Amino acid sequence: MSKRITYDDGKGGYQTKVLVKSALIYLALIALTLMCLIPIWILVVNATRAHTDIISKVSLIPSTHLFDNMRTLKENKLYNTFFNPLRGMLNSLIIAGGCCALTVFFSGLTAYGLVVYDFKLKGPAFVFILAVMMVPTQVTAVGFMNLLIKMKLLDSYIPLIVPSIAAPAIVFFMRQYMLSSFPLDIIEAARIDGSNEFRTFLTISIPMMKPAFAVQAIFAFIQKWNDYYTQSIVLVSGKKNQLTMPMMVQKVISIDRSPDSGANYTAIFLSIIPVVVIYVVLSKFIIGGVAAGGVKE
Amino acid sequence: MATTAQSRIKSVSYAKYGYIFILPFFIVYSIFSLWPLIQTFILAFHSNGARTDLDFVGLENFKTILATPAENDFKAMGIHETFWRYMKNTVIIWVGNFIPQIALSLLLAVWFTDLRVKMPGKGFFKVVMYMPNIITAASVAGLFLSLFGDSSYSVINMLRGCSDPAKNVEPLKIISSVWGARILVMFIQVWMWFGNTMIMLMSGIQGINESLFEAAEIDGANSRQTFWKITFPLLKTIMVYTLLTSMIGGLQMFDIPFMLHTGNVINENIATVAVFVYQMFHANFAKPSFGYSAAASVILFIITSILGALVFWVQRDKDAMEKAKKRRQAIKEAKRRAKGGGFTI
Repeated sequence: MSKRITYDDGKGGYQTKVLVKSALIYLALIALTLMCLIPIWILVVNATRAHTDIISKVSLIPSTHLFDNMRTLKENKLYNTFFNPLRGMLNSLIIAGGCCALTVFFSGLTAYGLVVYDFKLKGPAFVFILAVMMVPTQVTAVGFMNLLIKMKLLDSYIPLIVPSIAAPAIVFFMRQYMLSSFPLDIIEAARIDGSNEFRTFLTISIPMMKPAFAVQAIFAFIQKWNDYYTQSIVLVSGKKNQLTMPMMVQKVISIDRSPDSGANYTAIFLSIIPVVVIYVVLSKFIIGGVAAGGVKE
Repeated sequence: MATTAQSRIKSVSYAKYGYIFILPFFIVYSIFSLWPLIQTFILAFHSNGARTDLDFVGLENFKTILATPAENDFKAMGIHETFWRYMKNTVIIWVGNFIPQIALSLLLAVWFTDLRVKMPGKGFFKVVMYMPNIITAASVAGLFLSLFGDSSYSVINMLRGCSDPAKNVEPLKIISSVWGARILVMFIQVWMWFGNTMIMLMSGIQGINESLFEAAEIDGANSRQTFWKITFPLLKTIMVYTLLTSMIGGLQMFDIPFMLHTGNVINENIATVAVFVYQMFHANFAKPSFGYSAAASVILFIITSILGALVFWVQRDKDAMEKAKKRRQAIKEAKRRAKGGGFTI
């Protein structure tokens, strides 16, 4: 970066102007930060307060009733017929984790196939992937439902996990990444050393592509964890031991006139903990990943 | 000189591995996405009702949805009106969330990339502003219901003093009012997405050659001039891209409009076309209306395709296309000359 240029011509002063501007921007940013954080903070605070406190006044100071609220969720019939946070998290973890592993591995494999090898249908295959990237989930939903009915796959985790083998957008991203930063010579070298193609992919390509794999894995996990739409299509009967976290929360919030606000807040609070923890720990990768997705070549 | 090993390797064709590596993707995509897409198109031209006896009805479903049906056909009338109401909601909510969102994101992106503004803690602000985007939409809906709900005990109504019977304040019913609910959905959408848009625009601005900003600064341009004369024109492509992808995303808006209500009745003032599609095949599970749902999906698909084509058209590389055109012309010219040359001799 170049040296800062200053004009100090005595009229107000450039430096002062910059300072004033910076201060104003700072204030605006703080206001926006509060806008982002206050709703979440109120949620956290109210999750720790008792129902009677919550309906008597608004407070921003946490209290000590978190475990009482959790007990209500566990014991009150209104909640425990469908809300079981541990089970919900486990189910969501199975789905999101399974999707995440499959999506990253097979997208990497597909991208590798498209970048490394020359074959007749390479061009058409890539054009196809580009074209289907924009097809909205909603458009295929009816046909998807119809397919599941015919294949008797409703209320099963298979149609939630297996389709993530084919993720056009992630293949596209990985292909761009490989084109820009994967040395193809190394594959030649591996061949000369007698490595077969799959081994080359597994032991050389994957370790070299780690950064791209990591970013895509985080995104895939969070996206699948949050994917209420597909889950509610597939898990149509809503059996308690199959419900995922978003589905449980949806059921909690549609209770008319909930008897215990504390329990409601706690249920929502429990549902956001996993993603928020992942986000806070990995935020650097996530922000970087969003930025990388925005840069178009 | 190639060694024997090297020439042997060159002579082996690896093409089959290309097919093997991309095969799983195409098999799974065909089964779980392509086939359902085709099915959707087929179902759009078939009748509604029990799944076993669907008859071909031609454009009937589209007619019911798009054109005004006969006065006495109450069922068709209901579907027609619901679709258009939801379409109107979709457009209103999309416009009302996109304009403030893009304005806010652009302003923030310019601030964050301004060389002159000294700003410690940039990373922290970015992390906080992106955070709403990763929270489960169901939880966001629940959270905002407890903040802005109709009951006297929602946070907004408690701040107005509704929980105190002595004060006798009527609670604000945002969720059940038409515009209150719509504006709340717009706000939630902005709240969830401005961080994402901001980061996308920032990486767009960072892609602009820095020396242009420095030159402007040396020439004494102020922030406003820099923005309108440099940043904005050079950001146009990414802005149009953001606009179109956001429109495609807007057509799919589902979670918040679907869940922002208490009880089991969908909030009709904020339900979107995606909710219509879902309701038609899912809500009434015993007797779903696959035909209407599929027809609405096809309409969505057509709109999306047009927008998608626009994205490609906007993103096309003008320079490269210009060059290719010139090259073709040059070749033509050379050929013509070669031919013509033959005649003149």
